[in-house]
Amino acid sequence: MTDSKYFTTTKKGEIFELKGELNSDKKEKKKEAVKKVIASMTVGKDVSALFPDVVNCMQTDNLELKKLVYLYLMNYAKSQPDMAIMAVNTFVKDCEDTNPLIRALAVRTMGCIRVDKITEYLCEPLRKCLKDEDPYVRKTAAVCVAKLHDINAQLVEDQGFLDQLRELLSDSNPMVVANAVAALSEISDTSPSPAAQMEMNQQTINKLLAALNECTEWGQIFILDALSNYVPKDDREAQSICERVTPRLAHSNAGVVLSAVKVLMKGMEYVGMETEFVTTLQKKLAPPLVTLLSSEPEVQYVALRNINLIVQKRPDILKHEMKVFFVKYNDPIYVKLENWTSYPSATQENIAQVLAELKEYATEVDVDFVRKSVRAIGRCAIKVEQAAERCVSTLLDLIQTKVNYVVQEAIVVIKDIFRKYPNKYESIISTLCENLESLDEPDARASMIWIVGEYAERIDNADELLESFLEGFHDESTQVQLQLLTAIVKLFLKKPTETQELVQQVLSLATQDSDNPDLRDRGYIYWRLLSTDPAAAKEVVLAEKPLISSETDRLEPTLLDELICYIASLASVYHKPPSAFVEGQALVVRRTQLPVRSASGEPGATGATESPVPQQAQPVQQQQSVIPSHDTAMGDLLGDLLSMDLNPQPQQQMSMTPAPQQDMGGMDLLGGGLDSLLGGPSPVAGMPASQASMGGGLGDILGLGISSTTYVPPKQVWLPAPKAKGLEVSGTFSIRQNVRYMDLTLKNNAMAPMGDFAIQFNKNSFGLSPASALQVPSPLSPGQTADVTLPLGTNGPVQKMDPLMNLQVAMKNNIDVFYFSCLIPIHLLFTEDGQMDRKVFLATWKDIPDSNEVQKEIANPNQLDPKGISDKLQQSFIFTIAQRNVDGRDMLYQSLKLTNGIWVLAELKIQPRSPTMTLSLKTRALDVIPQVQQAYELIIANM
Amino acid sequence: MIHSLFMINSAGDIFMEKHWKSVISRSVCDYFFEEQQKANSPEDVNPVISTPHHYLIHIYRENIYFVAVCTTEVPPLFVIEFLHRVVDTFTDYFGDGGETAIKDNYVIVYELLEEMLDNGFPLATESNILKELIKPPNILRTVVNTVTGSSNLSDTLPTGQLSNVPWRRAGVKYTNNEAYFDVIEEIDAIIDKQGSTVFADIQGVIDCCVKLSGMPDLTLSFMNPRILDDVSFHPCVRFKRWESERVLSFVPPDGNFRLISYHVGSQNMVAIPVYVKPNISFREGGGRFDVTVGPKQTMGKLVESVVITCAMPKVVLNMNLTPTQGTYTFDPVAKVLTWDVGKINPQKLPNLRGNISLQSGSPPPESNPAISVQFKIQQMAVSGLKVNRLDMYGEKYKPFKGVKYLTKAGNFQVRT
Repeated sequence: MTDSKYFTTTKKGEIFELKGELNSDKKEKKKEAVKKVIASMTVGKDVSALFPDVVNCMQTDNLELKKLVYLYLMNYAKSQPDMAIMAVNTFVKDCEDTNPLIRALAVRTMGCIRVDKITEYLCEPLRKCLKDEDPYVRKTAAVCVAKLHDINAQLVEDQGFLDQLRELLSDSNPMVVANAVAALSEISDTSPSPAAQMEMNQQTINKLLAALNECTEWGQIFILDALSNYVPKDDREAQSICERVTPRLAHSNAGVVLSAVKVLMKGMEYVGMETEFVTTLQKKLAPPLVTLLSSEPEVQYVALRNINLIVQKRPDILKHEMKVFFVKYNDPIYVKLENWTSYPSATQENIAQVLAELKEYATEVDVDFVRKSVRAIGRCAIKVEQAAERCVSTLLDLIQTKVNYVVQEAIVVIKDIFRKYPNKYESIISTLCENLESLDEPDARASMIWIVGEYAERIDNADELLESFLEGFHDESTQVQLQLLTAIVKLFLKKPTETQELVQQVLSLATQDSDNPDLRDRGYIYWRLLSTDPAAAKEVVLAEKPLISSETDRLEPTLLDELICYIASLASVYHKPPSAFVEGQALVVRRTQLPVRSASGEPGATGATESPVPQQAQPVQQQQSVIPSHDTAMGDLLGDLLSMDLNPQPQQQMSMTPAPQQDMGGMDLLGGGLDSLLGGPSPVAGMPASQASMGGGLGDILGLGISSTTYVPPKQVWLPAPKAKGLEVSGTFSIRQNVRYMDLTLKNNAMAPMGDFAIQFNKNSFGLSPASALQVPSPLSPGQTADVTLPLGTNGPVQKMDPLMNLQVAMKNNIDVFYFSCLIPIHLLFTEDGQMDRKVFLATWKDIPDSNEVQKEIANPNQLDPKGISDKLQQSFIFTIAQRNVDGRDMLYQSLKLTNGIWVLAELKIQPRSPTMTLSLKTRALDVIPQVQQAYELIIANM
Repeated sequence: MIHSLFMINSAGDIFMEKHWKSVISRSVCDYFFEEQQKANSPEDVNPVISTPHHYLIHIYRENIYFVAVCTTEVPPLFVIEFLHRVVDTFTDYFGDGGETAIKDNYVIVYELLEEMLDNGFPLATESNILKELIKPPNILRTVVNTVTGSSNLSDTLPTGQLSNVPWRRAGVKYTNNEAYFDVIEEIDAIIDKQGSTVFADIQGVIDCCVKLSGMPDLTLSFMNPRILDDVSFHPCVRFKRWESERVLSFVPPDGNFRLISYHVGSQNMVAIPVYVKPNISFREGGGRFDVTVGPKQTMGKLVESVVITCAMPKVVLNMNLTPTQGTYTFDPVAKVLTWDVGKINPQKLPNLRGNISLQSGSPPPESNPAISVQFKIQQMAVSGLKVNRLDMYGEKYKPFKGVKYLTKAGNFQVRT
């Protein structure tokens, strides 16, 4: 007797027959009928027509029948919303049943009925169940909130269910806590609204850690994921979280293990770099990762993808465990392919082992896998210098096998080895040349041509070899054509006498017969170079090449840091941040970044990159002395082309006062450093003060606009690198010589050069707009920083923003368009003609109603006298009209005008030897008052 | 979390689907089929597939693809582990998790899936609890049910769900109280041509069958716990005690369960209990095959159930061999040679030798095939792990206790 009997249909009127049975009086028959209905449903048959009949069976004491009906309801309520309302009453009743199992079942099913009309009726029972005495009901209800949120987010927020859910985080039962966490994180994943975000403080973290030990394995995964989003407030807290999470590494559920690894990897960043704690923790991480690699292939795959990230971040973790990456022939292919990517962690000690293993793979059947093995051998050679010789001989052995794809791959790899270790292994060139005929893939052909061109002087018949390639020039792929062109030019420069004809042939082929602009342009450039100045051509084409690094498959550091935060998630499998593939989610905002100190070259170091603008004669090539090897051919070309330096560098055409502005960055640092060294008298925060004094100093040195050195706030990061594919933008605003500027620092944290920068502002409250195009030295190579100033106009389109001073900016480069917003300091908008006539001032003061007067105590930390204050403010275009002394207090009457014509009048009461003073502002536009108050405070405190 | 589950058999039929949230059309599986077509063998389908709107995560077991559909960022291991758990539960319930078993028990399968996951969140995955909620089918019960009209579903609240020991139900009663522990170790190894070990490690588990009344609290101690430095425990094991005293202290689940699994890494020397002396050579049109197996470091125990398989290169047409012991078969379609050796007699080593014939005209293969070896050794744990004693607290009766050791080959390969 099996359930398959439910699938046997006897007659054609199946539905009709079932209908009859469902309405039967006999309980047993009813149940059998419902079972049949469910069975048809599971295989996808449409039995929705039976809806009313099935719902009628719901009023029963029989638990099994009830469950079956519930199953049916969940499936079909959507298509029969009107009917589903009939079921509501039963739900409400069941939610008050004495049996907690029934209460839980009812609340569970309720949430699965995805009908808008019903949801309202469910709120009351749900609220009750969230407070149920039985934890089983509470935990079910917690999940129900997530379900409801999925159907109607607004309703959940309005009804305050989120708060109730948050309360459950401190429930006494660990399982309830786990489910509440799971529900909350799902809600905050899908909802952009801030109300839905899970706030975490020390207390909740402690609750979660306590629940962690006692809840089910799945609950542990949810809790660990939530923990990983928490930013510990100091080292000690991070350390204690790590300590309490470490036992999870010994869990039998791979999901728990990997989630724990995530928490620990992030925790280590917060603990700080090289403490003993981190070292021991790293040791503890290795065994569980190894264990993951001996479980089911699917688990292995996910684990390997993650290990790839972990090893890149912390190469030490698995350095003694290379053997676990060795491949067995019956592993699924996706596991095999993943395994080799971990080989970059090869070191001097284990290289012999690894090489022997790789050589073994190179004789495998699977072509893809073999190729990757060969490539891995090359990578070992580049990475571990001591092993290079061994690798080369291994590669030669492989070439001897004459297996076509092995040979081709080996040649590509050997080219890279030549570049890494020039003048070391050229003796093998003859062996390579023997295999010329068999190469049919563009990659291999291009590599071979590169080798021939590069070492033309050592290959006797280089011209013949290249000529043989030239015959089918037009059938070759672009990559090969480009390479061939360059190789022949190289050959010509090395052996000018014999190859004149050849070079002319290739140049005419490239320039006249080709449709490819790249090829044509390169041809022309070479041609002109050769004809005008062969010596220069030699310098360009045969220039020393930058060394390549082994970091081909490395992720960009910023991306890697971001991905480390997503260990154990889908992002770690794709090696892409979720923003790149998850649809319309608020994820990026919510998940935290790794702390600053982990990343190499973060803002702190920005200033240190010495004068980022290259001197005009210097080829850009110098800055990218290390480029990844995967595009060596391209890099070569880039080097070739750039070192010619035909165009003047773009920054030469820059605006009127380029020198001082561009040096700002460097000066900043100097000023800051000096100030803090001298322990200057200013008691206020070091940075702003030094900035200010620097501003003055700079003015003095350069003899520029002394009168107009307004206060410049320190630069802030407006666009962090992870959000902008590696571009980091920080900036501030300043006024120099009555011109408003936006001072920007652009830093390229990506691995590719950036160029084609442009900037645009959205409409804003004061009509700020760029007065000229953005001038960025292009390309901005990886790791480089550029300081740019952008003069601003104030007659752009106006739209009132909220907050008032908000400025939305779009910045474009060759990669993408990025958006960020920043706040304009209001004093940027004070105009130099803000001095009001005394009489007008008096009249206006009286004219503005008293209700428009706002008083505020502001600080006077340096206890400046009225004269000092008035001088200071004047520099920022706040003009003192009159000064009076009343009862020992000094009264300053001041005026200022904004670019859009708004006048602000001020009365400043200064009590001698008091750290505060009273500022009364009067204006017709009350909106600006808070900003003006702030400006006063800033200027007085910082100048 | 997990949105839907599709079960797809080897013929490519979606024979079962379950949705925990809104219904997702079957057409989402087309992406899976696309991926499946690219793969050479059923095992080779990438377990995580992304489609424009969904993520498909699947496992392949019992010749069925269990494809989970997710719509949001989820930890993939969570999904994979869960799917494995689902199949484990089916196996537990129906004896095997194959297609026929699932089809025969549609309703139970559906009920199980409903209990295991709620809105994509795992609900009850411990088989103890599930069995309380949904009774596994058996002939007697089916008969009883038909006669009395009672059902497979119990209407009690699963007690374990709420207690601090969710893995154990309350009120367990046995007339014979017994606890058996099986220490099972599998050797994964790669041996090279010369017979030296490229890589070897041991995957060990302790599987238990505990049938004890009441709420017993057990303590299991080892002679040499130092071997266990990389372990994963069943949730019942108290981690603190392990950390401090190196003993396993736990309240066991009722019935069969896996207490710990452990890994003895490649840094420790692993005693390889068998050796294989292969001698395979190819020449134009044919070749020689000569393989001898022998025991090595077995601590005097008998090596049993030895099976040698060798996936020959595609150009091999047939093999004509003579075994000194056991039987051999050559599957000319899959090109797999299987030699069932049986026990190894150390005095007279088993040997299989003979000729290989190749397809005419095709060149001899460039590399020799790898040989994989299966074997079993009773009453020995190759890592040397030994149970010291088992104590029981909390209950009065005296249980019957037993420990068994078994070593077998896991993924044991010899390169030739």
